Amino acid sequence: MTVDPPWALLAELTHGCPLRCAYCSNPVELVRRSRELDTDDWRHVMAQAGELGVIHTHLSGGEPLLRRDLPEIVAAADAAGIYTQLVTSGIGLDAERLSALVRAGLRAVQLSVQHADARTSERIAGRRRSFAAKERAAALVREAGLPLGLNVVLHRDNLDALDAIVELGLGWGVDRIELANAQFYGWALLNRDHLLPERGQLERARDTVERWRERLAGRVELVWVVPDYFDGTAKPCMGGWGAVSLTVAPDGTVLPCPAAASLPGLDPPNVRDRPLEWIWRESPAFNAYRGTAWMPDPCRGCELRTVDFGGCRCQAYALTGDPARTDPACHRAPDHHLVQEFTARRTSDVPQPLPVPRSYRSSPQPSP
Amino acid sequence: MSPWRPALARSVLLRHDRVRGTDLLVLPERVVVLRGPAGHIVRLCDGRRDVRGIVDELGARFPGAPVADEVPVFLGKLRDEGWLR
Ligand code: SF4
Ligand code: SF4
Repeated sequence: MTVDPPWALLAELTHGCPLRCAYCSNPVELVRRSRELDTDDWRHVMAQAGELGVIHTHLSGGEPLLRRDLPEIVAAADAAGIYTQLVTSGIGLDAERLSALVRAGLRAVQLSVQHADARTSERIAGRRRSFAAKERAAALVREAGLPLGLNVVLHRDNLDALDAIVELGLGWGVDRIELANAQFYGWALLNRDHLLPERGQLERARDTVERWRERLAGRVELVWVVPDYFDGTAKPCMGGWGAVSLTVAPDGTVLPCPAAASLPGLDPPNVRDRPLEWIWRESPAFNAYRGTAWMPDPCRGCELRTVDFGGCRCQAYALTGDPARTDPACHRAPDHHLVQEFTARRTSDVPQPLPVPRSYRSSPQPSP
Repeated sequence: MSPWRPALARSVLLRHDRVRGTDLLVLPERVVVLRGPAGHIVRLCDGRRDVRGIVDELGARFPGAPVADEVPVFLGKLRDEGWLR
């Protein structure tokens, strides 16, 4: 099989983070700070990624601003011809740091926000005074003239506040708002009872997004990442396994998707041991679910197999114990009832706070 | 009114992709593949040349090509997308 070059690199620079969102996309097994790649390792990763054909990198975490060497990493990516975007909670961004990053070649910023209401946002993020820091960060990015995107993970505690969230973004002068319905694996699966919305909430939210899309057409881009549990459709995970994007974890592990660390038997390669080109083209991990040959029924004969690639491997594994099964989010999947059992329980139209304990990530140990 | 002197929008980067052998416009969350002569045209959008100047230069470089008709339309489309200012 010929393997096309990757377009994008998700660089998880650290799993350390001052926030504690219940849907964090980091793996449940966080990488300790003492095991992180150093500056030279990241320089080497960026140089190799540029050679391989990577065009975009998201410098992410955790909170990437915890890395003091972030400007050096940005400069290395820029020197490799890669367009750099910072994905941040905004905590720790001040004028000085931002200007060092811009000088190093930073091109754009994505800021996460949990809610439009400061108190609620701070409750969801698990950190006081975090909202004011975000507001400040947004203003700094605008002053620096960089494109600014707002990233919002949607769940039962903020889906009813979409109008306010979009207005917040407009007030902050953003160019793009990504509204991503929570995806249930990793931390979000542990906290699913707490996060899963009701169908009525989603229907209202979808209408709200449609209305805003019409009003904002051509001015601000509104991206809606579908709630696959409720749609009965599998999402095209990462644009296909090993097709578009790769993730480098803080310790140098390379994965086709940030959640794939949990998959059994994957034996993911590491940039400390192997060249990135071999990892992308040859490694068993990147070839495990590449293309369509690995697919089971009903994906194998389905006309959508090259559109959604059979859905998410991590979700298939989390719900069925077998990563090679059809994603249970798909209404054609033999395991679709596993998803329906959960969505059926969420029918009442009035969101009610549930007495469900939440699992919180704690930050990994700082390096000595 | 002074004529429009096309230049790339601030967040847009024009680069050549050696690996894929093509010119690209790179934006946040987006890559636009510039096919055929599109890269040559965008490369002339330096904020100094006006549309006429771009057309003349391309006409000299590609004699016989329908640049006078097609290039202004193409530039207008890129401006509508927000990639040129
Ligand atoms: S495999 Fe699953 S978790 Fe990984 S990127 Fe795809 S959808 Fe996400
Ligand atoms: S059966 Fe497989 S390929 Fe077809 S829609 Fe469902 S997940 Fe996608």
